[in-house]
Amino acid sequence: MVGEGIASARRRVDRLPGQSLIPVAGDERPPSTLGPVVGVLALQGDVLEHVRMLSLAGARAVTVRHPDQLDDLDGVVLPGGESTTIGKMLERYGLLEPVRARLRGGLPALGTCAGAILMGSDALHADGTPSEQPLLGVMDTVTRRNAFGRQVASFEGLLDIDGVPAPPLRAAFIRAPWFERIGDGVEALARVDTPAGARVVVARQGHLLAAAFHPELTGDPRLHALFVEIVRAQQS
Amino acid sequence: MSDAAARSETTPPAGDDATAAVGTARVKRGLADMLKGGVIMDVVTPDQARIAEEAGAVAVMALERVPADIRADGGVARMSDPAVVEAIMDAVSIPLMAKVRIGHFVEAQVLESVGVDYIDESEVLTPADETHHIDKHAFTVPFVCGATNLGEALRRLAEGAAMIRSKGEAGTGDVKEAVRHMRAITTGIRRLTATSSDERYHAAKDLQASYELVDEVARTGRLPVVLFTAGGIATPADAALMMQLGADGVFVGSGIFKSGNPAKRARAIVEATTYAHDPAIVAKVSRDLGQPMVGISNDALPPEQRLADRGW
Repeated sequence: MVGEGIASARRRVDRLPGQSLIPVAGDERPPSTLGPVVGVLALQGDVLEHVRMLSLAGARAVTVRHPDQLDDLDGVVLPGGESTTIGKMLERYGLLEPVRARLRGGLPALGTCAGAILMGSDALHADGTPSEQPLLGVMDTVTRRNAFGRQVASFEGLLDIDGVPAPPLRAAFIRAPWFERIGDGVEALARVDTPAGARVVVARQGHLLAAAFHPELTGDPRLHALFVEIVRAQQS
Repeated sequence: MSDAAARSETTPPAGDDATAAVGTARVKRGLADMLKGGVIMDVVTPDQARIAEEAGAVAVMALERVPADIRADGGVARMSDPAVVEAIMDAVSIPLMAKVRIGHFVEAQVLESVGVDYIDESEVLTPADETHHIDKHAFTVPFVCGATNLGEALRRLAEGAAMIRSKGEAGTGDVKEAVRHMRAITTGIRRLTATSSDERYHAAKDLQASYELVDEVARTGRLPVVLFTAGGIATPADAALMMQLGADGVFVGSGIFKSGNPAKRARAIVEATTYAHDPAIVAKVSRDLGQPMVGISNDALPPEQRLADRGW
């Protein structure tokens, strides 16, 4: 089934939340069998959408729920979802340290929304107070959770991103964070105007790429393609 | 925010605000996508909400009474006091849902203005309208609605629901109705996928649903929104059962805070949902959980006490 690759072949094949009830339906594409192997952390969140985008971007997507599934990866995606939920599950199921070690060791990673929060060194609540939650802490960034507001303020719009060729990407911001601070080694690839001033919403620190929005929701795989380029560059 | 690095950068803002739009179908359905594989828990106090968040819940449903108590108390069940909703909202960082009566669009306007993240137009409360559900397109806040079969799910989608949950029978601790409704929905979807395009006009008539939605489900093999399960889930094995039957995530109402050890049971249900396909993990988390909620067999309920029959 889509998303279940070599790393988990010995486990029972399961359906990803949101997946079609029939094997290959409509325009849903079968998984790519070529290209770098990119794991999608599948503890909670919009895993399926990342699997699809990675396939479109030329990677072979597999799901990751156990530490031993990290071994054969060329890259990893930390999906959107609830950062507190995913962080706690990373901790409880022995994934937090191994994922942190692989990312520090050079494994390319893409984090979107909750994933971007998890990759940062610190997280703040919307009101600016520290959020006590498990984080990977691999990027020199401070994120502010739900920075744009609650769900009624969630929005979509067009976004220019350095490294993604024109036209602008349609971006969905859902209870989205922004990067409150980024360190010297971190590049700001995109910003959004807010009443508080321009805020960074895409950040890159070498092999680590993080977006405050959901590139996986809009059917346009160009940010995933940028990530797959980073993965290929790291391979060679 | 004064020392934000973003402000000190010299590059001009790149976002195109002229095209920014709130309340689109994509951002409404998208929040439900972010909840997939997770557990949404009914809570009645800020303390319960914190227990739920600590256990790993992806969202909480703020209520004055859980369904088991609504059932026991009888009388008319309405939207919760906004002060109760706000107190719970302030206690946690995860999304907050709250229930309105079927058809009571002013309760929905009130909860939208309070700032809840999702509204559940719920059969657990006493319906306000015997004929019409809320026109959910008219709101920026997204709605989740219950359904007992595919036709009902598609009617709710036509009205603008951005998420569906199978109804089950709330406040019983009996998973049987949740299974019945989830199977009715998923069997309905699988049947549709076997129809030819010209058979779908008739299928739409049978389902009392829009042809466009019927055609979409037939082509894709899934609802165009996230499908959660609800109503009677009381154990980790119940949650895993519903996930294996095709749910994208789980609502747990009375099952947690009407049990002997809510914190441990909440955490166990979260883990059994994530690892629904791994019996060894479901077994591990099912150990020593204490008393589950006592429960009522659905068969013992007189028809007028069956909540799932509300809504149409």
